[in-house]
Amino acid sequence: MLVLSGILIIVAGFVLRFNPLLVVLVSALATGLAAGIGPLDLLAAFGKAFNDSRYVTVIYMVLPVIGLLERHGLQERARTLIAGLRGFTVGRLLLGYLLFRQVTAALGLVSVAGHAQTVRPLVAPMAEAAAQQQSGDEERDEEAAAMAAATDNVGLFFGEDIFIAIGSILLMKGVLEGYGIVIEPFHLSVWAIPTAIAAFVIHGVRLMLFDRRKRRP
Amino acid sequence: MIGLDLVYPFAGLIFLAFAGSALRDRSHRKRIGNALFYALIALSLLAGDRLGDLGNGVLVLGLVAIAGFGLMGRGNAATTSPVERAAEAAARRNRLFLPALAIPATALAGTLAFKQMPALVDPKQATLVALTLGVTIALAIGYAWLRPRAMTPFDEGRRLMDGVGWAAALPQMLASLGAVFALAGVGDVVGGLMGRLIPEGSLFGAVLAYALGMALFTIVMGNAFAAFPVMIAAVGIPVLIHGAGGDPAIVAAIGMLAGFCGTLMTPMAANFNLVPAALLDLKDRHGVIRAQIPTALPLLAVNIGLLYWLAFR
Repeated sequence: MLVLSGILIIVAGFVLRFNPLLVVLVSALATGLAAGIGPLDLLAAFGKAFNDSRYVTVIYMVLPVIGLLERHGLQERARTLIAGLRGFTVGRLLLGYLLFRQVTAALGLVSVAGHAQTVRPLVAPMAEAAAQQQSGDEERDEEAAAMAAATDNVGLFFGEDIFIAIGSILLMKGVLEGYGIVIEPFHLSVWAIPTAIAAFVIHGVRLMLFDRRKRRP
Repeated sequence: MIGLDLVYPFAGLIFLAFAGSALRDRSHRKRIGNALFYALIALSLLAGDRLGDLGNGVLVLGLVAIAGFGLMGRGNAATTSPVERAAEAAARRNRLFLPALAIPATALAGTLAFKQMPALVDPKQATLVALTLGVTIALAIGYAWLRPRAMTPFDEGRRLMDGVGWAAALPQMLASLGAVFALAGVGDVVGGLMGRLIPEGSLFGAVLAYALGMALFTIVMGNAFAAFPVMIAAVGIPVLIHGAGGDPAIVAAIGMLAGFCGTLMTPMAANFNLVPAALLDLKDRHGVIRAQIPTALPLLAVNIGLLYWLAFR
């Protein structure tokens, strides 16, 4: 039971707003010591896993290009473009992006879009501009930007599992095989389709409601 | 064969440039902290495999010390003013999108093409290699067309990186915490507790415990991948598949998606939920999570219903 202390530390650390990197390290320390792992072995295990997961950090390599283009007016141009299109609303924009993200993720193309690649430079400024235009508000619409990021996540999560070679499908196959249950990846990915449709409908309805709320000043 | 041995050094050099840019920025109050942090990430990307496990652990201690003592912060790096930007945007028009779109377009085309050349590019890393190529192409276009000084793209990139700050290392830290949890057997303990919570003889109760357990454990761990082996062992296999004769493919697939609903609701999934809030300069650090909860909860209910109605026919 003592090994669960790490979970408590995580929850308490986030609630009390300590620096999350510090919270995570303390949680790992408490969990490992409770399980009887020596401090040096623990640090080595943590370092090895950190090194093995570097692929999540390489995405920041796109920032110099995005920053340079922003310096020369990329976000402003994205806003102007949206402002010039009649009938282009924040809801329709994000609904189209949701569909694009789900379909490309279902084809295994998970990294063609993302928060650094597409949301920050293109989708979020366009969504903000469309929302501002609809509501007539001068202020920056952070809600629209948050909704753009949320739409990216929903599209990615509930599209990628339809692709047969994605990590989660391979993990499920591997774990089930450990119990003597052999399943083709195709069978797992087919059963991701009902939820994918439900995700599109639920988030789509929310986007339309968001749209309507923005239309009334 | 081209693979991560190209991608990591490339990203490492970019972080090294961020470190240099931070160090040169005399207007930045916390430039030393930021520069050290980026330099350590650069070291990890450039030479992580040669540091050894303990060496990487010490590197992590360095990152945590810099972040934990509050040595990092945003600067006010010199960039163009809103007026200048509007003028440039008006002059350059839609051509500004071309380099930005070159990155996803190259990633897309490259992923498809590289998969046909397994001798040249590691097929498992095709997307990351294509992304690296896309960034190189976009940077080349940017230098040729916009004629910035050599360091300008990295100063501008570092401006965005300062906005993300220490959160950049959080996803890797959480992945490592997951490894420690696995080593300590946290999953078995949680699974044992969950197993005792299931009401006897109620199929719906078992489905509910399985799906909610996936979502809750994902919220705690920030990752459905960590929750799945635990919940399938505690509830999925013994109760739903062996006990009630559920279809293993449906139990597994929809259970994982119930976990993804949890991912939408937790700050522990930093790269999806906290990093974008920082990248978009949102005042509310949890703004993205707040935007996701009203989608995640009904979708979780749908997953519970789908499991109950589809898996036990």
